[in-house]
Amino acid sequence: MTEIASVTAERGVPPARPARRFRPGTWAGLIPFFVFALLFLGLPIAFLAFGSIADNTTGAPTLDNYAALSTPLVVNAFQTSIEVSLVTAIVGGIFGFLLAVAVILGRLPRVLRSALMTFSGVASNFAGIPLALAFIYTLSAEGMVTHLLRGVGLNLDFKIFSKFGIEIVYLYFQFPLMVLIIAPAIDGLKPEWREAAENMGASSADYWRRVALPILTPTLLGSMILLFGNSFGAQATAYQLSAGLVPLVPLAIGNQISGDVLHNAGLGYSMAMGMVAVMGVSIVGYAWLQRRAERWLR
Amino acid sequence: MTVASNENLATVAASARPAAPRRQRGALWAWVVFIIGALYFIVPLIATFEVSMRSIPLFSAYTNAFADPGFFSSLLYSFVIGVITVVLSIVLIVPTAFWVRLRAPRLRPFVEFITLLPFVVPPVVLVFGLIKAYSRPPLPLTNSEFGSDALLVFAYVVLSLPYMYRAVDSGLRTIDIRSLTEAAQSMGASWFTILTRIILPNLRVALLSGAFLSLAIVIGEYTIASYLARPAFGPYLQLLGANRAYEPAAVSLISFGLTWLAMIAIAMLGRGSRTRIQIGGAH
Amino acid sequence: MTFLTLSGVQKQFGTTYAVHDFNLSAEKGEFVSFLGPSGCGKTTTLRMIAGFEQPTGGTITVGGTDITHRPPNQRNIGMVFQSYALFPNMNVADNIGFGMKVRKRPTDQIRKRVEELLGLINLPDKGGRFPYQLSGGQQQRVALARALAVEPQVLLLDEPLSALDAKIRVALRKEIRAIQRQFGITTVYVTHDQEEALSLSDRVVVMSEGRIEQIGAPPEIYNFPATPFVASFVGTLNLIQANVVDGASARLGLEGQEIRGAQPGAATGARVTVALRPEAIELGETGGSNRLRGTVEDVSFLGSIVRTRVRIGGDSVLSFDQFNDPGLAASAIGEEVTVSFSPEATLILEGRASADAAIEQAIAEV
Repeated sequence: MTEIASVTAERGVPPARPARRFRPGTWAGLIPFFVFALLFLGLPIAFLAFGSIADNTTGAPTLDNYAALSTPLVVNAFQTSIEVSLVTAIVGGIFGFLLAVAVILGRLPRVLRSALMTFSGVASNFAGIPLALAFIYTLSAEGMVTHLLRGVGLNLDFKIFSKFGIEIVYLYFQFPLMVLIIAPAIDGLKPEWREAAENMGASSADYWRRVALPILTPTLLGSMILLFGNSFGAQATAYQLSAGLVPLVPLAIGNQISGDVLHNAGLGYSMAMGMVAVMGVSIVGYAWLQRRAERWLR
Repeated sequence: MTVASNENLATVAASARPAAPRRQRGALWAWVVFIIGALYFIVPLIATFEVSMRSIPLFSAYTNAFADPGFFSSLLYSFVIGVITVVLSIVLIVPTAFWVRLRAPRLRPFVEFITLLPFVVPPVVLVFGLIKAYSRPPLPLTNSEFGSDALLVFAYVVLSLPYMYRAVDSGLRTIDIRSLTEAAQSMGASWFTILTRIILPNLRVALLSGAFLSLAIVIGEYTIASYLARPAFGPYLQLLGANRAYEPAAVSLISFGLTWLAMIAIAMLGRGSRTRIQIGGAH
Repeated sequence: MTFLTLSGVQKQFGTTYAVHDFNLSAEKGEFVSFLGPSGCGKTTTLRMIAGFEQPTGGTITVGGTDITHRPPNQRNIGMVFQSYALFPNMNVADNIGFGMKVRKRPTDQIRKRVEELLGLINLPDKGGRFPYQLSGGQQQRVALARALAVEPQVLLLDEPLSALDAKIRVALRKEIRAIQRQFGITTVYVTHDQEEALSLSDRVVVMSEGRIEQIGAPPEIYNFPATPFVASFVGTLNLIQANVVDGASARLGLEGQEIRGAQPGAATGARVTVALRPEAIELGETGGSNRLRGTVEDVSFLGSIVRTRVRIGGDSVLSFDQFNDPGLAASAIGEEVTVSFSPEATLILEGRASADAAIEQAIAEV
């Protein structure tokens, strides 16, 4: 990119391009994209937004739906969702980071790195029914591991259909997602930095504490935010695992769509907007951290 | 300081050996971490396999799964939807990314913001909004099969937008599109020719990588397909899981294996160029 | 008193040797350059001194202590990298103070030393800047200050200027040498630029394919190259093939003409390569007792120098330089001219096949 920019700078600006004004031509090529985004992203959100401030029966503007967010049922759902997402983001982030460092910098056989990367590509998408089933087969009352542990005398009274169960299961796609996001950043740690640090007397721990981890921190935090968002929005796996036992926001919204439990469309809309708000804040945080990380590494 | 002392040990050992090149052995902690991770990932797969083998006669779970017409019809449906999604994504994104790089670099942050929006709108919210918006005139898409199929495709294009855009963008970054375009224009080529004859062929690897990923996402997706009542693979799996004992295990493993093969294919394709494997997410 | 010694150092990768039998004794405060083309082993040797590569044989001693197998963070050797390798997450002051912070020195001691060094490298008010905010030349100066901050016994520089513009390179290399003199640190400087090596060093080690071709002071390397490689790598050099007409009287024949070599001793009838520096040749007959006639093939204007290429006939081509003088008319292409040089300026190189000589000649003519 820099070469192109410098070459064009040397050649000078072509005469037909004005420096400041936006010619209509600049926008023209992007019209299909903007139209699509408007139709299938903007419009749905807009409908949800308007629905959330409209009364269910009369359609008159009201904030009742947002007030309804403070009912214990909804608050519980949000609290549980946020808690599950935080836990899986942090645990997934830390262990995923360790896994990535292990295969990239841990001097393990090279083939393990590509195996982990391809596996992560699959596993990060393995969510939904297959994942739920796999863990039911493993850790439920009749599961394989439960049987094994019972065989050695450990009676694991573990309920897979619980908040903790969901957290364990979610990690199956959180670990790989972290590995995939953080691997390029670990690759980006130049060997010269480590050599320069050693050169000046730093031990391995010094290097990690003062150089590598500080450099990686914005990316680490940003990735954990992505993990948080990923978990917060997940629906299929939880649906399969909990069937209403664990209160999660995506499930509640899903119920609204099928019209099952509450028959309160407006509440569904405000919950959806609540989700959008939570995700929006996460993305802003992520983008800010990305900016920090890139600035240093220019 | 475990690593440092490992290095010291190796150094001492090396100086005892005459002129032998020092071989770096894997660090202990790395092995421990890797094995824990491997166990966590592999055990559930083994459990699934074990369940799939419980059917009598052996392997009948797999044969039944394949014999079930729903398996192939839903897989085919998802596959076709996936292909259409990929084609539509390419048609939409490649010119856009190209235009942003070439003509409107100042609009870049804005476009990138839009490509981040699908992260902000989880599938369940997206399908909720889509149904609300398109179940009434003027565009009552949900009232017809074709309309719902179309809505599904559009939803999937939105879902795969971040990944496709990132793949195309990094692919464009490695080729000097300004010079290529100017050279082509000086020889009289139209925009269409430039895009199809010059840009697209050079993006082959990036597009394949994005395409495989989008395909994987579409085939495995459940939420949107289910709420739009489409006969896709995701809802089929859910139905299977609710009704049968061993077949779901077999089908899970099959889909896992197929996806892994696809990922290995991408990795091999991407080996020669500088595009990296793109990442997925949960639904 | 030798301070840095490398004895019999070698580095083997599988069956190939990156470095063969490297022997060097450097005095305290001496500035030594490793000069050679890419892949000659100079950087590998430097990294062995630093401890980032382990020699497969031989020893390295600093100040009397054998450091061959010490880990790099225990050698107290400072290194400046080609890519600067400044820590991007720290500002300039923290980068420079890193070594002392790792050694747990008191904060004001660190602060004072950092200030001192910032003044030394002429960046007194840039302490709070981050690497990405500095130019290449500034980053390199910070890298130098960082390496010097912990008062290392030896300073190593790995092609530190190759990523910089030509003008900055010349200015910065003088700065580096001045600072080095001030501190009196034994220094090893790796480069492929012979002008850098010649202008900066007390001694130059010319390397090729993992071996030392010659060690000596710059004038020695330039004027008395020991091997054909050194002759062709350092400075531009004319190489022409000649027959020894009479070894006893040092008469050499080429292209039907005859010249005299610097000294007798070559075997009569042998085919030898004669090396001649462009500056030793003059247009006309005033350059010395050797005369050669030829046709002007090319005239290049290089700024302060005008380089003329004369074909003596067949394969023999001589390039010579004249200082640019606007009053002097340049030779015309195709013009028949006579060039002259003294016998003492010639160097007889034996032992290489004519194919190698042709290649070296091609290099010399660039």
